[in-house]
Amino acid sequence: MKLITAIIKPFKLDDVREALGTVGVKGITMTEVKGFGRQKGHTELYRGAEYVVDFLPKVKLEMVVDDNLADQVIEVVTNAASTGKIGDGKIFVSPVDEAIRIRTGETGSDAL
Amino acid sequence: METQVIELGYALDTFYFLIAGAFVMWMAAGFTMLEAGLVRTKSTVEILTKNIALFSIASIMYMIVGYNIMYGDGISSLIPGLSFFIGGDNTAAEVAASGGEIYYSNMADFFFQVVFVATAMSIVSGVVAERMKLWAFLAFTVVLTALIYPIQGYWSWGGGILSDLGYSDYAGSGIVHFTGAVAALAGVLLLGPRKGKFGPNGQVNALPGANLPLATLGTFILWLGWFGFNGGSELKVSDVGSANAVAQVFTNTNLAAAGGVVAAMIVSKLTFGKVDLTMVLNGALAGLVAITADPASPSALLATVIGAIGGVIVVFSIVGFEKIRIDDPVGALSVHGVAGIWGVLAVLLSNDEATLGGQLAGLALIGGFVFVASLVIWLILKAVMGLRIDDEQEREGVDSVECGMEAYPEFTNK
Repeated sequence: MKLITAIIKPFKLDDVREALGTVGVKGITMTEVKGFGRQKGHTELYRGAEYVVDFLPKVKLEMVVDDNLADQVIEVVTNAASTGKIGDGKIFVSPVDEAIRIRTGETGSDAL
Repeated sequence: METQVIELGYALDTFYFLIAGAFVMWMAAGFTMLEAGLVRTKSTVEILTKNIALFSIASIMYMIVGYNIMYGDGISSLIPGLSFFIGGDNTAAEVAASGGEIYYSNMADFFFQVVFVATAMSIVSGVVAERMKLWAFLAFTVVLTALIYPIQGYWSWGGGILSDLGYSDYAGSGIVHFTGAVAALAGVLLLGPRKGKFGPNGQVNALPGANLPLATLGTFILWLGWFGFNGGSELKVSDVGSANAVAQVFTNTNLAAAGGVVAAMIVSKLTFGKVDLTMVLNGALAGLVAITADPASPSALLATVIGAIGGVIVVFSIVGFEKIRIDDPVGALSVHGVAGIWGVLAVLLSNDEATLGGQLAGLALIGGFVFVASLVIWLILKAVMGLRIDDEQEREGVDSVECGMEAYPEFTNK
């Protein structure tokens, strides 16, 4: 099993969610986050004084999928979240040792 | 029959006066929302508290002594008399016998005047926002509304020295707005800027206001209230001449605000490259303040221009105050002080009876007296109780220190 963490632009959330539905991802955890990468922050203006917004709003999606689904998930997220402009976000993939469904006690792939 | 006409006129003018006063009272809501929108979330409860408290203190102090100082019999043209509590009202016989000379209720006059005092004090509230101790502010409110405002008001509207010198100020660009701004300036010089407003190398940091929809609503409320502020100052509506004058005042008041908005919008776009909403809001108010000294004589077009010049002035003034490291979170020094000065001088453009000497004497005397008197009071308060919350409290927010609650408990951004 793999944990796939995708940090994307907030306005792409609906597109990404829809695309993930089509490849059979059964659950997603979504968090509104702030951060910066190569895009850095940007400056805003208030009454003539500039100020820097260091952390930009992003959406973080986390989902655990079977190993054989991971590549497909990465591909659809990449396609759906892409605008081609700086700040589109990143995807991180990490191994998951175990998963347990709390209600039934099922483990492994059955719990996803 | 003639008595009935006189009584009807009395009733109509009194009614008009009261409704105008109620409109001006609503300006307290406007100031409150404007200020609540332009401070940070951690200072919201305190500014709301301050505004409703100052309105109430102003009402009470003006009833106890302020009104009598301003409109009672003076000792000389410079020194007003001292007496306490507002008196009785006109009887029907007195009104009829006056043949129309007495045309509104004394109590209506008090009610209309009292809301002006509160307006002057509201101006101070925004300038010292986010770092002044609540009780120091309220103590100053008592003195300004009981003594400082009424004394300078006696000089002009009360028939004192400025009235003799020909100072012309229809609804109070100088008497109300400039007064409030000067009192605030004296306070803010002793108080200092908010922590983090100015960097060590002279840079100006933005401390953006928390809620621009509220600030915009507040501006619209003030704009509405201003029809009472200026329109009511005609004092009469029950004959064709007065009714036309009131209509002219409404029209000019509206257009001056509109001119201020458009001018501030263009200037902020040209200067900053973006349209800054807070400047646009200040532009509306600067236009209103500018026309207040004479909303009756200018043509509608001239009123628009007077307001527009106010809108231009206010943008540069706000930036200018920040350059000299005076921190005014809501821009009230510029809106009411600098645009107030412009308003007092703009009277000369259309009012033949006004003189440059009279207008300058008004600004000098009001400005000098209010500044010195306020500075003395602020100094006393500083020595007795301190003006400023300490740094740690300021970082935490004046709300939690003074009021122990948060305006947006689920979203407070410290």
